[in-house]
Amino acid sequence: MDFEFSDEQRLLRDSVDRLIGQAYDDLGHRKKMQATELGFSEELWGKYAELGLLALPFSEEEGGFGGGTVETMIVMEAVGRGLALEPFFASIILGGNLVRLGASAEQRAELIPQIADGSLRLAFAHTEPQARYDLNNVKTFAQRSGNGWVLEGDKSVVVHGDSATKLIVSARTSGNYNDSAGITLFLVDAGAPGLSRRGFPTQDGQRGAPVSLARVEVPESAVIGTVDRGGALIDRVGDIAIAALSAEAVGAMAALHALTMEYLKTRKQFGVTIGSFQVLQHRAVDMFTALEQARSMEYFAAMMATAEDARERRAAISGAKVQINNSARFIGQSAIQMHGGIGMTMEYRAGHYFKRLTMIESTFGDADHHMRLIDRAGGLLEA
Amino acid sequence: MDLRYTAEEVAFREEMRTFFREKIPADIRRKGAEGHHATPEEMIQCQRIMNQHGLATPNWPVEWGGKDWSPMQRYIYTEEILAHDVPAPLPFNVHMVGPVIAFFGTEAQKKHFLPRIANIDDWWCQGFSEPGAGSDLANLKTRAVRDGDHYIINGQKTWTTLAQVADWCFVLARTNPEAAKPQQGISFILVDMKSPGITVRPIQLVDGGHEVNEVFFDDVRVPVENLVGEENRGWDCAKFLLANERSGIARVGTSKARLRRIRELARTVQLNGGTMWDSEQFRHKVAAVEIELKALEMTQLRVIANERARGGMPDPASSILKIKGSEIQQRTSELTLELAGPFALPFRDPEEELPEGTNDFTLGFGWADAAAPTYFNNRKVTIYGGSNEIQRNIIAKLVLGF
Ligand SMILES: Cc1cc2nc3c(=O)[nH]c(=O)nc-3n(C[C@H](O)[C@H](O)[C@H](O)COP(=O)(O)OP(=O)(O)OC[C@H]3O[C@@H](n4cnc5c(N)ncnc54)[C@H](O)[C@@H]3O)c2cc1C
Repeated sequence: MDFEFSDEQRLLRDSVDRLIGQAYDDLGHRKKMQATELGFSEELWGKYAELGLLALPFSEEEGGFGGGTVETMIVMEAVGRGLALEPFFASIILGGNLVRLGASAEQRAELIPQIADGSLRLAFAHTEPQARYDLNNVKTFAQRSGNGWVLEGDKSVVVHGDSATKLIVSARTSGNYNDSAGITLFLVDAGAPGLSRRGFPTQDGQRGAPVSLARVEVPESAVIGTVDRGGALIDRVGDIAIAALSAEAVGAMAALHALTMEYLKTRKQFGVTIGSFQVLQHRAVDMFTALEQARSMEYFAAMMATAEDARERRAAISGAKVQINNSARFIGQSAIQMHGGIGMTMEYRAGHYFKRLTMIESTFGDADHHMRLIDRAGGLLEA
Repeated sequence: MDLRYTAEEVAFREEMRTFFREKIPADIRRKGAEGHHATPEEMIQCQRIMNQHGLATPNWPVEWGGKDWSPMQRYIYTEEILAHDVPAPLPFNVHMVGPVIAFFGTEAQKKHFLPRIANIDDWWCQGFSEPGAGSDLANLKTRAVRDGDHYIINGQKTWTTLAQVADWCFVLARTNPEAAKPQQGISFILVDMKSPGITVRPIQLVDGGHEVNEVFFDDVRVPVENLVGEENRGWDCAKFLLANERSGIARVGTSKARLRRIRELARTVQLNGGTMWDSEQFRHKVAAVEIELKALEMTQLRVIANERARGGMPDPASSILKIKGSEIQQRTSELTLELAGPFALPFRDPEEELPEGTNDFTLGFGWADAAAPTYFNNRKVTIYGGSNEIQRNIIAKLVLGF
């Protein structure tokens, strides 16, 4: 076993940390970026591209960075620490990996360079109002028509769906609304006739959009992967996404814990630093324990995200998500409580971490959802 | 021992229920049920309706418009307000500054202020906390210096709830910095918010709302007749006020209303072809909170019964009402958030008015867009009114004798 990062990995961590750390040092600046139409800084997105981050998941042969789950983890931790607003998760983790694992050689040759240079931003239009966290639950449907397909349906919470230039849309091409088989993925231009979206700010300062598809026509070449077989691809990418979110959460939790420690050691009441009250020390220790437990499961998720055995992978990734969610909630709540009033304001970082962590809890499944999946997979011990 | 309500108490509860259902506008109550704050105008409207019927200030002395109710009647009244999602009479007015003036004030102060406080002709805010004086309130630094028949106030208050709409502020200020103990040398002073030298700066909270402020005092001149009680004895007023603040803090009614609503809403949120209410996992979580809440309700009733025996003195055990009540309130906000799940993601600016006739925002659930802000905002209930850590210190010392 080796828990150490390689030299290259350390280099990656330092440069990403520098880039995102500097950009998001100032909450006022973040707020300004939030208020722009895109909801993030296009200039910074360009710098992500320069560093090669937008090529992270793709192989070097295809012009990519050749990063695996550990490199993803390194970048996502920095995103979490920095409270970054750029659509790295939506466009690169979700979009990039769907392209990497699903698209044909021809499609990859066309798309990867555009993703890597930042000109193509992807979003994954998948979740529907009735689906909650169930990844197979798709009612949006696609029908063959001439040389292509016609899409019809409603997607509810498309993360960064308003700023994406192309959307990867899941649609039912056969089967029942909650069958794993019979789902197909399509690459759709954001400007396609019949596609409408209405961006909204999200609770954590990012952006999202509901997307409606009213008789949207796409050519046969828009299909990503194999017709009717999109379900398995979504599951695989969903697991990679959970591993990435775990890393983002750990980045945010570590930063929030550090911030809280600093506050406990400087804030004075009753003539002493509040960190001298043992009850607060113990709570800080519990936060620390929750953080370390989360970090361990973050590593476990990074290791297991690409495991071939579907049952093992399921239990492992769901286990990680439950731990991450539980730690995120405890650390978030404890940090606010121990800060007192200042923790409740938008002028201070703690509250922003708390909000992002809360939203991560309900992205790709809450704890209850994943407990059911672990249960169904027969538990976690053998994973 | 008989744990049921008496026939009189049941009749009283019916009277309260009927009043709130019939007299308080249904649209305001619905808004509350969906987790949206009432506007200051709506709060004023409701308090005035209650005041017209003598129901805004039952906790006050009878001669100043209070009711000669038993503790049980007061409890029922409060719970019915909460259970019907009625915006409660402004606590700064009716639970804080009103009782302080009624108890410590001069006749002139009572005559002038109390009717206006009851009818919320003046909106009051609480100028206690400062950047360096939160849990350690006695560490406050705001100064009031006597200059002829005026005090001149300099300093800064913070976390001042709704100072932006307030007409008056009751301020704790230091009048004798040389006093032997920090609690001595503090005075309780009434300050007109229109006085020159006052600046109110908004603080945005994590839910996006503008609920609290910083208030700066820069050579603010206040007539000495606005001193309440004796100079340098303001801590007595503060202690009296904080004890009042703690009554009703369990908010059993709020939690009950939320749990009822969670049960209803869970039947409308889809899950695996059924609804969230089909999930045993979720139902068990709701039941667990209901059990805690029932226990708290019984504990509260025991504290109330005991209060009568203690001759109206607050029971230090009432700190457990604050601890448990606030924790349960937070749990209900977590359950609502979990229920809303992915639909809690969109953010709607709380300062923006909802479009006429709808609160159906982005994703088709009017209630879901309030779920996350309510959860974020409710972190405050274990921080203010004496943080839960401070409450535990009180119990450890005064009840358990450590
Ligand atoms: C939404 C909101 C509205 C408010 N409205 C008003 C208002 O209208 N008027 C007003 O005057 N004030 C108001 N307050 C202020 C509130 O009373 C204070 O926030 C509270 O007293 C805590 O003070 P603090 O925020 O400075 O935290 P601190 O006192 O700095 O506490 C920080 C942490 O240390 C803990 N701690 C402190 N001392 C001890 C100890 N001895 N032992 C163990 N733990 C300890 C606390 O429990 C907390 O977890 C409001 C606060 C909030 C959040």
